[in-house]
Amino acid sequence: MRIIRVGWQRGLIELRQSFTNGPELVSHFLWPLLTLVALFFLRNRDFGSAVLPSILGMNAAMGMVSMSQQLTADREDGTLLRAKATPNGMVGYLVGKVVSVSGSLLADLVIVLIPGLIIVGGVTIDAAGWLTLIWVLLLGLVATLPIGAVLGSVFTSARAQGLIQLPMLGFIAISGIFYPLTALPAWLEWIGQLTPIYWMGLGMRSALLPDEAAAVEVGQSWRHLETAGVLGLWAVAGLLLAPVVLRRMARRESGSVVADRRDKSLRRAVR
Amino acid sequence: MVLTVDGLRMQYGEVEVLHEVSFDARAGEVLTLLGPNGAGKSTTIEILEGFRLRSAGQVEVLGLDPADADETWRARVGIVLQSWRDHGNWRVGELLGHLGSYYTPYKQPWPTGELLAAVGLTESAGKKVRMLSGGQRRRLDVAIGIVGRPELLFLDEPTTGFDPEARREFHELVGRLAREYGTTILLTTHDLDEASRLADRILILTAGRIVAAGTPAQLTAAIAGEDEVRWSVDGQSFRKKTTDSTEFVRGLFSQYGAELRELEVRRASLEDTYLALVAS
Repeated sequence: MRIIRVGWQRGLIELRQSFTNGPELVSHFLWPLLTLVALFFLRNRDFGSAVLPSILGMNAAMGMVSMSQQLTADREDGTLLRAKATPNGMVGYLVGKVVSVSGSLLADLVIVLIPGLIIVGGVTIDAAGWLTLIWVLLLGLVATLPIGAVLGSVFTSARAQGLIQLPMLGFIAISGIFYPLTALPAWLEWIGQLTPIYWMGLGMRSALLPDEAAAVEVGQSWRHLETAGVLGLWAVAGLLLAPVVLRRMARRESGSVVADRRDKSLRRAVR
Repeated sequence: MVLTVDGLRMQYGEVEVLHEVSFDARAGEVLTLLGPNGAGKSTTIEILEGFRLRSAGQVEVLGLDPADADETWRARVGIVLQSWRDHGNWRVGELLGHLGSYYTPYKQPWPTGELLAAVGLTESAGKKVRMLSGGQRRRLDVAIGIVGRPELLFLDEPTTGFDPEARREFHELVGRLAREYGTTILLTTHDLDEASRLADRILILTAGRIVAAGTPAQLTAAIAGEDEVRWSVDGQSFRKKTTDSTEFVRGLFSQYGAELRELEVRRASLEDTYLALVAS
């Protein structure tokens, strides 16, 4: 249990760094700022009030991508090997990563949510809404972060990480964030409902929008049971898969592997 | 013995990179694996670190097989690699303190301030790791390697890319670790000068075999290198290679007496020995 505390401290240090470091600070505020600008222009449209909660859900689901990217970066620069060379270092590393990525997501959520509530009318949170927001968020993180870790272990280079972004954008497009899923052809509607992104968006809408808004959703319902079911399945799959894949990846790390990777990336940079 | 390697073999597919390598290290000894690039030094050290699985042979490090060693074993071993660029956003002192905290269940880690002073980084404690110069970064890597007070320290090509001054400071640090703290050190290098400066014992590894082992003096003596004698008589220069230069020079004096000029004897050096071994 001591190692959990060490990992927790590690996560807090990384989180603090991400708010005191120029480039990362920009990404913390630029994206939310653009989101808020978009929200401002959408505020009087039909689906406008649904966009804020949907975006919150999407941002939270994107923790998957940052987990995956950070894992790849940490493998390239030797952070993972360092963890492997330290007693219980891998556990500490992973706990730290989960804490820093989740913490960073929560911070971004607040950065969008508070001004968003002021800009967009028709969004209210009552006690039950807060409760929904919290469980959807927590379950969503448990569903997406292990999957992110798996993606980060399987796709080894920064380049491959760039490629992951493409299908991810596709999933966002069909996840009911920017227009109701019911407006899509049936087969796309089905694919959309396989992703955790859709369910996290739906959960957020159910927390923040009045009940009448459920009319445009699939089955005219917030489908809390299904939300918990699908996110739960992703969580179980991720938690089963992640330790196996991570262990396999970590076993392959050694000094010469990291050195080779560095030489390769240097050669690419020179060309 | 802190470390015993017996009949170690490593194969990648059809290619055999280590053939029956055997050696051992006593507690507090500084052992150097010397050899050209591609000789199998890194493979050997990675097997001992528990980062790579061997094909055959017996390996025991601190009483355990590194292939199935646990976290307690991990806490007794320090590792310094050449290609670390990790934790660039962390501050130097903060990183040392954090990594030290992993060791507290096993032993008292080095206090950050003391450790920074030992590696000469006190001034840089508040700096971000990526702002350090190459030499400072390497010293930080060594500090991280020893933060848990390891009984055995692995150093893989520790001074690659150092300027002469940084190299000398680094050598002093390694010497101090062995003398004052009794740390057993295994280091790899392709730099002969470094090996002879640091090592209690040198193992020369070429093409996956240990071709010679011993103290720097033993190695030079054991492999009878030929001294070179140069002289001139009547303005004409001569040179001759011989295993017994003293006797040869005595002969020169009795033959030429006062006519002998510009006499020069170059003793077989460790470098000649090494080059002869690696070439064959």
